[in-house]
Amino acid sequence: MTEASHGSEPSSPGIAELVMHTLAGDRRAIARLISLMERGSGEARQALAQLYPHTGQAHTVGVTGAPGTGKSTLVNAMAKVYRQQGLAVGIVAVDPTSPFSGGAILGDRIRMRDLATDPHIFIRSMATRGSLGGLARATVDAARVLDAAGYPVIVVETVGAGQDEVDIARAAHTTVVLQMPASGDDIQAIKAGILEVADIIVVNKSDLPGAENTVAALQVMLDLNSAHAELHHGKLVHVEGPATAGIAALGAWRPPVLQTCAIREDGVKELVAAIDAHWEYQRASGLKEQREREQVAEELRRIVRYTLLQHVLHQIPRQGLEDTVERVVARQEDPYSAADRLIAQAGLALDQQ
Amino acid sequence: MQSQGKLESMREAMDEWERTTLRRALDAWPERYAEFVTTSGEPVKRLFTPDDVAGLDYQRDLGFPGQYPFTRGVHPTMYRGRLWTMRMFAGFGSAEETNERYKYLLAHGETGLSVAFDFPTLYGYDTDHPLAEGEFGKCGVAVSSLADMEMLFSGIPVDRITTSMTINGPAAVIWAMYIAAAERRGIPMDALGGTIQNDILKEYIAQKSWLLPPEPSMRLIVDTFEFGSQHLPKWNTISISGYHIREAGSTAAQELAFTLADGLTYVQAAVDRGLDVDAFAPRLSFFFNAHNDLFEEIAKYRAARRIWAREMKERFKAGNPRSWWLRFHTQTAGCSLTAQQPENNIVRTTIQALAAVLGGTQSLHTNSMDEALALPSELAARIALRTQQVIAHESGVTNSIDPLAGSYFLESLTNRLEEQAYQYFAKIDALGGVVPALEQGFFQREIAASAYRYQREIDDHRRVVVGVNEYEMDEPLSIPLLRMDPEGERRQRERLARVRCERDNELLQRRLQALRAAAQGTENLMPYILDAVRANGTLGEVCDVLREVFGEYREPVII
Amino acid sequence: MAQDKIRVLIAKPGLDGHDRGAKVVARALRDAGMEVIYTGLRQTPEMIAEAALQEDVDMVGLSILSGAHMTLVPRVVNLLHSHGLSDVLVFVGGIIPDEDVPELLKIGVKGIYGPGAPLDDIVRDVQREVAEH
Repeated sequence: MTEASHGSEPSSPGIAELVMHTLAGDRRAIARLISLMERGSGEARQALAQLYPHTGQAHTVGVTGAPGTGKSTLVNAMAKVYRQQGLAVGIVAVDPTSPFSGGAILGDRIRMRDLATDPHIFIRSMATRGSLGGLARATVDAARVLDAAGYPVIVVETVGAGQDEVDIARAAHTTVVLQMPASGDDIQAIKAGILEVADIIVVNKSDLPGAENTVAALQVMLDLNSAHAELHHGKLVHVEGPATAGIAALGAWRPPVLQTCAIREDGVKELVAAIDAHWEYQRASGLKEQREREQVAEELRRIVRYTLLQHVLHQIPRQGLEDTVERVVARQEDPYSAADRLIAQAGLALDQQ
Repeated sequence: MQSQGKLESMREAMDEWERTTLRRALDAWPERYAEFVTTSGEPVKRLFTPDDVAGLDYQRDLGFPGQYPFTRGVHPTMYRGRLWTMRMFAGFGSAEETNERYKYLLAHGETGLSVAFDFPTLYGYDTDHPLAEGEFGKCGVAVSSLADMEMLFSGIPVDRITTSMTINGPAAVIWAMYIAAAERRGIPMDALGGTIQNDILKEYIAQKSWLLPPEPSMRLIVDTFEFGSQHLPKWNTISISGYHIREAGSTAAQELAFTLADGLTYVQAAVDRGLDVDAFAPRLSFFFNAHNDLFEEIAKYRAARRIWAREMKERFKAGNPRSWWLRFHTQTAGCSLTAQQPENNIVRTTIQALAAVLGGTQSLHTNSMDEALALPSELAARIALRTQQVIAHESGVTNSIDPLAGSYFLESLTNRLEEQAYQYFAKIDALGGVVPALEQGFFQREIAASAYRYQREIDDHRRVVVGVNEYEMDEPLSIPLLRMDPEGERRQRERLARVRCERDNELLQRRLQALRAAAQGTENLMPYILDAVRANGTLGEVCDVLREVFGEYREPVII
Repeated sequence: MAQDKIRVLIAKPGLDGHDRGAKVVARALRDAGMEVIYTGLRQTPEMIAEAALQEDVDMVGLSILSGAHMTLVPRVVNLLHSHGLSDVLVFVGGIIPDEDVPELLKIGVKGIYGPGAPLDDIVRDVQREVAEH
């Protein structure tokens, strides 16, 4: 049975009730609905259809960075600042699934023990669970559940190690990228790629040597990057529609480089202020809508890709796929022709180009 | 050890043996396993020969007992002069119950005391703290105030018997209580002998009962070194412990390497403070585990002595030979005990205790057979003590010093453990030292991986544990377990309430304020802690001041 | 493509810092394909129940070696009930004397494991109990 066929079924009463309780902020319902989203079943689609009109209120903040940069500790400290401001916080913390067993150990709560019994904090640990954009879908949908449930701030924490994680960071309104203090050659090795996704750069563990130098190096990299962007009319400039005027008036957003020592909660208030400033900037400049459009377009592409792939895989008998693999391995068929044949077998007529 | 010519001819003979006698035997009767390994998973060859110790230089590598590098023991006569201290780790419930147990053990020939504290005490909380719920007296005795400490040692001649206290995060406070309790009986502090464990690094690494972050913890530890060297010359101000690292699942090599690395870190911290190495180093002591693998354990103790002597002499340039001594306490491996057929644990403990004695331990605790089920009953603790007495007086192993020296197998195991320790030292140095390495989870990951591998070996029957995965029986438990006095907690809470009510609270507040101010500065905190305790400040109150100034340690995420 | 992963919370209530068993079991469950949320040390019963709720777990595994189990386990079980989580299974590992076992089973604990319990047994029991549930 394909997922597409679920979508047309009438909503089951259980789902409607779950959505209703979620909208009322019931934590048990929120938790169950997130599980549903993770499974990505037809029921999840029903639920999301009902939830979707209630989303779009929250400010989603992505926090990413290499393992060991102190993401969970920083999220813990950020959430405490938001709580001082009277805001409820939803947190989605993602850890990798073991490629060997499909299982995972999710340990982010260890660092978030200060938040453990706060009724205005909701923490959900998530495993990457594999491939095919499933992770991006599940985290975005989990954030939507928390959004609909009324959490005004949602923090999504991911390991900054792969494309999937960068995608999630990009799906947020504001992306915070963590960097450790580095020295000498290590500074040279800071990935230019982090500048591409970062709205705010944080040098965490500022008590370690090299913090100042790392900040300076990142500033230089940003200078080079922005010169490059202007020269080539980079992404911030070729904006279409009404947003262009706003950005022109406000100037392009230059990611601030901040220092924090999350374990001592130093610099975290300033970080939250910078996140708020970025949110204000996006709203004032119209970048928020523009980004949302880009994100929706990307999401639609992803859903279509995923749905088509699932459709094709469900239509082909398992043996058929294995036989095809054997033929390609035996050089009896090339992979492109084989794929065309599988797609045709699935009953999809494709215009070959 | 052998001349080159003799070695050559031995090798030829061995080749011959392998081709003929051995080959025939293997063809007829294959060996039980493809690979034989130690408890730590280290491969063990079929046979060790002079070839395996060809590089051994007797005087350089072994020497004589009481002489550098002390491989054969720190004392010239070892157990011919004096037996090791039979020191049974004990504590449960209230101070009254534990006091009674100490008197029982002393009456049965124990020669030193060893205090087990309950979890709230280990974390620096009073018995009435909310986090202490359900924990009172469960894994040791609860000591919240000076009054508890006085009760605990009432009627025990603390000026004539040494006391070891397993306390780390709040070690300075508990030590101050012991000193103040003796003071009230008119016993001056310089007459007191004993040990505080005071080893916070292994808490972060393995045992997890911490209080403060590493930096202030190291400061407090150096404060105790300094205070001890000035006022309590007979006190061991630290017991650098591998025991808990091993219990958490490490291998013998990891236990050895991580413990010595911790020890070197303490010495460095004290030297950095400006202390003279020979002023405090003679009062450093160690604490190792004794696991099942007899030879591996004996080799571990011998390697430890040799490495420590070399590092203290060559790295830290200590001039007093006592600074080179690695003196150690041993406890048999709690993690090796089984809940199934608990009587078998007596046998395990005997083998482990034998390893400690053959390895030259200075004091020994032997576990009771019931410890996988509950705290030791009186009967079980007595049998454990008798085990030591049988080894001491009946086995004959105490007659000659380091009697297994020269064994090809043992000497080559000793060398291998030493090499492995230095490999770990290099890794730890590459991570920036012990504290950065533990913050990065290096030790924790190494230990967790070893623990998992060991459990998998048992589950997969690659390792036989008698009564657990072989020779199993299904029969009801046949030994009596310890019952705790249900009134103990009430008595303890009442005493605590009385202390808080009857003391001079104004005086106490002044002393706590003085401690707070000193903690914010750089002075030695021991005198301030002692003053606060003398004014009946409770453990929780004094630790709260430290927590307030220094913050609490947070667990890194290592699974 | 519904993926019904078993989700398990492994927690150490109370002050006892002996986490060898908890970590070994966490790894074994992960290696059996489960998602294990590990909360770390010194968890209060309130923290455990709240985490079980937010993480929507099938099972909570409590590791207690301090002897405080007769205080802590009933507290966790009661809190799970009051959070509407009566369907969450509870397993206990640690040093649990035989005489305490009937009482723990009576309040709804599904599995009790002492030192040396084979990992495969634990994994199998979890899989079976979750499947039957």
